[in-house]
Amino acid sequence: MEENSKLRQPGGREPELQQPSDREPEGQGAAVGDGTVEAPVGLVRRDALKAMAAVASLPILSGLPLADAEAQTAPAAKAGAPASLQPPRAAGGPRGDAWDPDLLRPKKDWPRKLTTSEMATLAALADMIIPADDKSPSASAVGAHHYINEYVSAPGDGSARDLVRVRGGVSWLNLESQQRFGKRFTQLTVAQKTAICDDICYVPKAKQEHKAGARFFSLVRNLVATGFYTTDAGMKDVGYVGNVALPKWDPPSPAVLKALGLE
Amino acid sequence: MAAYQLAVAGLKVLVLEAGRSYDPVRETPMFKLPREAPLRGAGSREKPFGFYDATVDGGWEVPGEPYTNAPGTDFRWWRARMMGGRTNHWGRISLRMGEYDFKPKTRDGLGADWPLSYQDLAPYYDKTEMLIGVYGGDDDLENTPRSSPGVLQPPPAPRPVEMLVKKHATPLGIPVIPAHLAIMTQRQDANRLPRLLHPGNALAQRVLRQSMLQRQACFYATPCGWGCSIKANFQSTTVLLPPALATGNVDIVPNAMVREVTVGKDGLATGVNYIDKNTRQDRHVKARVVVLAASAAETARILLNSKSTQNPQGVSNSSGLVGKYLMDTVGAGLGGQIPLLENLPPYNNDGASGMHVYIPWWLYKEQIGGKLDFARGYHVEFGGGRGMPGNGSFNFLENQTEGAYGKAYKEAARRYYGSFVWFDGRGEMIPNEDSFCEIDPEVVDQWGIPVLRFHWKWSDHELKQAVHMQKTFAEIITAMGGKVNGTVQTDGSRAIARGGQIIHEVGTCRMGEDPRTSVLNPYCQSWDVKNLFVTDGAPFVSNADKNPTLSILALAWRTTDYILDQMQKREVG
Ligand SMILES: Cc1cc2nc3c(=O)[nH]c(=O)nc-3n(C[C@H](O)[C@H](O)[C@H](O)COP(=O)(O)OP(=O)(O)OC[C@H]3O[C@@H](n4cnc5c(N)ncnc54)[C@H](O)[C@@H]3O)c2cc1C
Ligand code: SF4
Repeated sequence: MEENSKLRQPGGREPELQQPSDREPEGQGAAVGDGTVEAPVGLVRRDALKAMAAVASLPILSGLPLADAEAQTAPAAKAGAPASLQPPRAAGGPRGDAWDPDLLRPKKDWPRKLTTSEMATLAALADMIIPADDKSPSASAVGAHHYINEYVSAPGDGSARDLVRVRGGVSWLNLESQQRFGKRFTQLTVAQKTAICDDICYVPKAKQEHKAGARFFSLVRNLVATGFYTTDAGMKDVGYVGNVALPKWDPPSPAVLKALGLE
Repeated sequence: MAAYQLAVAGLKVLVLEAGRSYDPVRETPMFKLPREAPLRGAGSREKPFGFYDATVDGGWEVPGEPYTNAPGTDFRWWRARMMGGRTNHWGRISLRMGEYDFKPKTRDGLGADWPLSYQDLAPYYDKTEMLIGVYGGDDDLENTPRSSPGVLQPPPAPRPVEMLVKKHATPLGIPVIPAHLAIMTQRQDANRLPRLLHPGNALAQRVLRQSMLQRQACFYATPCGWGCSIKANFQSTTVLLPPALATGNVDIVPNAMVREVTVGKDGLATGVNYIDKNTRQDRHVKARVVVLAASAAETARILLNSKSTQNPQGVSNSSGLVGKYLMDTVGAGLGGQIPLLENLPPYNNDGASGMHVYIPWWLYKEQIGGKLDFARGYHVEFGGGRGMPGNGSFNFLENQTEGAYGKAYKEAARRYYGSFVWFDGRGEMIPNEDSFCEIDPEVVDQWGIPVLRFHWKWSDHELKQAVHMQKTFAEIITAMGGKVNGTVQTDGSRAIARGGQIIHEVGTCRMGEDPRTSVLNPYCQSWDVKNLFVTDGAPFVSNADKNPTLSILALAWRTTDYILDQMQKREVG
């Protein structure tokens, strides 16, 4: 709910500065998440099981001999159930499910649902929304349409609903192209594509018979924009220059101050 | 905090943690890109604040651990089931409560006073800030106390948007000053601070020095809410637990869901019962002293669930007040588009993740003079500018351009990117009889533990305050030459965030001078059970507009000093 999530968007690229020396190299994270119980760096004491957890409730055990305390708290050891019947839950590290995904190696490997022909239509539409110009390539050139496929194929209700909207929209677009120009959308000239897009580019202004097409266009435009502007080419296009490690934080440059009337 | 303080004092401490263990050094996705994450890092039911957010097994829901709302209540409860709890991903805003905040009733007749004053807590604020590392300015405005000299780290320079807001808010009489965040802009003095914080305690000095040497200064990239593997900001898991464990006095058992506090015939706590989540077995640990810090509402839940013939209303509940006077922070927000910010030359807007400056409450005089129609103040968190493009970052363009596409869309993206600002008010809620949690008589969680049922009601003070917030934000946006997005609400119930939504819930076991009207004494010690203490937000008597965590930490330190003193005097333990 607070500030930072809004102030900056997530993300990052390898720092240009040297990593501070006590930081673990990325690769070592590979030891986590394979089900082994490991003591995290910096928190090691005698063994991993005890090495981690939060300040929750903390009875002070000075009255007890330590061995006693351990016997009381060593979990599975005394439980008696055969190991094979116990839930596979390590003391630490991500389990790789939706509530606790491996953040260092994210997965988006769910099966894609759109057909090649649907993808071709979306690529053509994506390039109508974000065409190449002298500053950056087109949306399809950086794979924005593949992001649409990732999105509508994802598990979850929202994606299932939008899959229908995208599929239906693609079919609608091709039917409309056939009716107006006797060809599929991908085969139209830019002028012909423009004629259709002009009719569906803004829901509040679209005619009744174009509303469904306009809602489809709106969804695709937002997905294409996310797909495009989160790539290097897109970030460069708008001039995003952050996410680099800096030794110190400087005040804004004179050029920015001048533009804002702040000098 | 309590585990650390007790361990460095030489006591054996066992920490029971309901969630899994967690190591930010190895698990934080520093410098990962949205495009590497599913759906470009979008939030989801399982990860509401985005894929990379450092919340494990939590969020608005915890799988298998529901809570309920009484009819008419829509309270939202954010939990993180992981070592270090919500401190792994909190906003790190660390404002001190001021003099007025401890004595609100004396000042305006509403709510209740704390049994302590600002002066009682001030030394602990100083020590806590030095221990965890906080940047901030030394402005000394009304009820916005400064730290002692040398305590705070220098604040980072303001960002362009922050400077612009300052320029246009100042003539409206609204102050903009450096914020206080638990983020280090420089490395800690590992030689000086441990001696200062733990005089005469060689063990404490050794482990703290070692821990401070492990921490780097912020490098002004990567969002704090994902965690910080270089330990530049405050998380329990990077700042308090490593030195606590290094003492050799602390054992931590993860996946241990505490169910109840057990009490002996003499009325003293004997330990706790917990469910081992791995085996689903119920276990008991004995203890000389029990400290609860499971988060405010959860602590109330444990106490209320600790029922026996001896304590039919739960443990430490002779006053009947456990769960009562639940509070959150009042929240309302507004954004705007600012033409001055269009087409700027590229600049780095990242900084220390959270805000560099903020607006403290400034209308104390007007309020006490009866010129406002609500009691108690709010501060303003704000920002904007050129964030890293992520999921949905450019959705605004559709309306902004009334449907542009093609070259016009690309040009509009360049023009409007970074031209938006947002303001969020964070205000004081006055405790009331209608906001509380209790045990739901019918529902248990997957461990068989009865769950909490929430009741919630805002009073007119909070509703009017939320309207005032939006009006103020609209004024600032207009003064900046901008255009407000959306509607400025005049109906408080539309302006205000839902109960719990600001995630500052406190107050379920309030402290006081009188056992009949409070659950804990001024040292967060149970009136009923002498060897039972609470060190989370539950003891809060009121919830000032200042975000609670710094005060929770400072209070916890004070409480452990008292525990140690009482143990020495053989009063407890
Ligand atoms: C997104 C976000 C932003 C925030 N920003 C700020 C901010 O800028 N400034 C600020 O001051 N505050 C902020 N907060 C609030 C802050 O996180 C909390 O005030 C703080 O973490 C409370 O600490 P706590 O120890 O009481 O509870 P928690 O941090 O919730 O820790 C409770 C711990 O107890 C464990 N636990 C719970 N129940 C049990 C049980 N039955 N048995 C055993 N263990 C249990 C939990 O797993 C957890 O580890 C923010 C919170 C969120 C979510
Ligand atoms: S902004 Fe600074 S403190 Fe925050 S996560 Fe990045 S390096 Fe750490």
